[in-house]
Amino acid sequence: MTILQGWFQRFAILNSDNPKGPWGGGGPDKSGPDKGGSGSGNDGGPRNPWSVPPAARPRGAGPSALDEFLRRARGGGGGGSGGGGRSPIPGTPSPRALWMLGTGLIVVAWLGLTSIHAIAPQQRGVVTYFGRYAGTLEPGYRLTLPAPFADVTKVDVQNFRTENFPENGGETENLMLTGDRNIMNLSFSVRWNISSPDDYVFQIKDPQNTVRATAESAMREVVANMTLDQAIGSGRPRIEAQVQDRMQHILDEYKAGIRIQGVAINKAVAPQAVSEAFKEVTAAQQDAVAARTSAQGYARQLVAGAEGEAAQFDKQYGQYKLAPEVTRRRMYYETMEAVLAKTDKTIVETPGVLPYLPLSQGKKLAEPDVTVNGAAK
Amino acid sequence: MNGALFRNPVAIGIAVLLAVILLASTFAIVPETKQAVILRFEQPVGSPINAYKPNEIFGKTGAGLIARVPFIDRIVWVDKRVLDVDYDNQQVLSSDQLPLEVDAYARFRIIDPLRMVVTARSEDGVTRALQPLLGTSIRNELGNQPFATLLTPERDQVMDNIQARLQRLASQYGVQIVDVRIKHADLPTGSPLDSALNQMATSRKQQALTIRAEGSKQAQIIRAEAEAQASNIYATAFNKDPEFYDFYRAMQSYRRTFGADGSNPTGSTSIIMSPNNAYLKEFQGRK
Repeated sequence: MTILQGWFQRFAILNSDNPKGPWGGGGPDKSGPDKGGSGSGNDGGPRNPWSVPPAARPRGAGPSALDEFLRRARGGGGGGSGGGGRSPIPGTPSPRALWMLGTGLIVVAWLGLTSIHAIAPQQRGVVTYFGRYAGTLEPGYRLTLPAPFADVTKVDVQNFRTENFPENGGETENLMLTGDRNIMNLSFSVRWNISSPDDYVFQIKDPQNTVRATAESAMREVVANMTLDQAIGSGRPRIEAQVQDRMQHILDEYKAGIRIQGVAINKAVAPQAVSEAFKEVTAAQQDAVAARTSAQGYARQLVAGAEGEAAQFDKQYGQYKLAPEVTRRRMYYETMEAVLAKTDKTIVETPGVLPYLPLSQGKKLAEPDVTVNGAAK
Repeated sequence: MNGALFRNPVAIGIAVLLAVILLASTFAIVPETKQAVILRFEQPVGSPINAYKPNEIFGKTGAGLIARVPFIDRIVWVDKRVLDVDYDNQQVLSSDQLPLEVDAYARFRIIDPLRMVVTARSEDGVTRALQPLLGTSIRNELGNQPFATLLTPERDQVMDNIQARLQRLASQYGVQIVDVRIKHADLPTGSPLDSALNQMATSRKQQALTIRAEGSKQAQIIRAEAEAQASNIYATAFNKDPEFYDFYRAMQSYRRTFGADGSNPTGSTSIIMSPNNAYLKEFQGRK
């Protein structure tokens, strides 16, 4: 104890030019060394907790309420050593009982809070005893050793977590390169859950970021092996399946305890900057289809017409074959009849007569002024 | 010391406190996720506790309660899990001088905690040391590869090569590189990206033109084929008797030309005939 005192003396000397030091002065007189040495605890200034003369400590101050209480408690509990001379005050509960009750309550609370674990149906509890893995708790109320010995980490294994790429769900463009050196805008999401709680807790430092990084890497790798047209068109399901495989493979290599439940491409389109040109291609495709369709319509019409005419000819020819001469003449007369019935006719006999034909006046000809001479030659 | 001291509550309190401090500084809990290196006066003592071994089963590792010499031994904690170093948005030139913006990461595990503590002091130290090494490995490897390699299945090979390079550099830190992966390897924004987009747009416009031309070509072929087929149908039918066809067609033609088939030809018709006409031959009366 004297050593301690001496040390503080020296300490106080060091602090002598700084009377506001944490332990030393504060008193109005600046006689640092004196104060530190003599134990200023008894005068009005701030007490230096270390400089109280140890000999004075137990008996120096009058018994405080706490001291009284402690003394009583010790008196009650000191039975084992035989030293408890003071008897409890009659009429109050024995201090020993109070102590027991308090301790008992604390122990019960401690056991209750740290050794009973409610594991929800979607959870598993990873138990460690002094840091060492000791098993996994299934859902239900489970018991373990209390707190400092056992520790339970609850892990939600059923819940599917979803990671979106880009993070805001496709408002910004997430450009990536395709195998044919084009650029596409692709947004997708990955659903995953935990397949092995102990691996999940012990193997990977930052599981969520690991999933995200893996997903980006896998997606770009798969897209880099496809052409743009495949990626924005028919290749989607293939990309999703390949990315899922790839991610699972990588995460298994890390022993991450994570299962990829699915990869969904939400949007796979050309970048905004070139979408006009892409629309033009679509329009051109529609134009081409339209041109083909109309050509096919024309073709059908043409062939059908030909077949119709051919059939008509065949029929007529069949009749003609039966009676060639008569049929021929009949057709001739019928035709001439039909033709001449609808036209203006002028019959000129004499070779020497030239009728005046007002060709320029077309309709005037309706009243022919040439005599039809039916005389025979 | 006598019994009176033990009866003194303050003394008991201090004794308990000292005991707790002593216990706490003697025993330490090594969790499954940590490896512990014990330094005695800054010198490593014994082999690291709960050091990584491949294919360990949890529960049978070195994790658990350990004791040390209090106040003298210091424990340096080293993570046992797979850790991560990132390499973000760095420009790299490929061997064909194309600038690339690369995001990559390495996943690693500290497999020799003692060596790590000696060379890098702490986990943070390792991460700081690995970052430039990862950058160097990526730049060196991608600088040897043409840009197109990244767009083929050889991308895997590139990543493996980077991992091998990094492993060589990182072994001194007692680190095992679990994986190196390129997250992005994209054209940097600005002129490289714009020119790539322009090229895309141009090629799409070309494609549109080609598609239109192809469409009209096919339409023409379809028409021509149909015409040929029609022609064939006519020929097959009419060739049975060309002489009759001539007559038959002439009749049809007359009807059409003079509007006798219900059609309405423009222009009126006047016919001047001589009685010698075949049609009028009966005018003369039979002699």
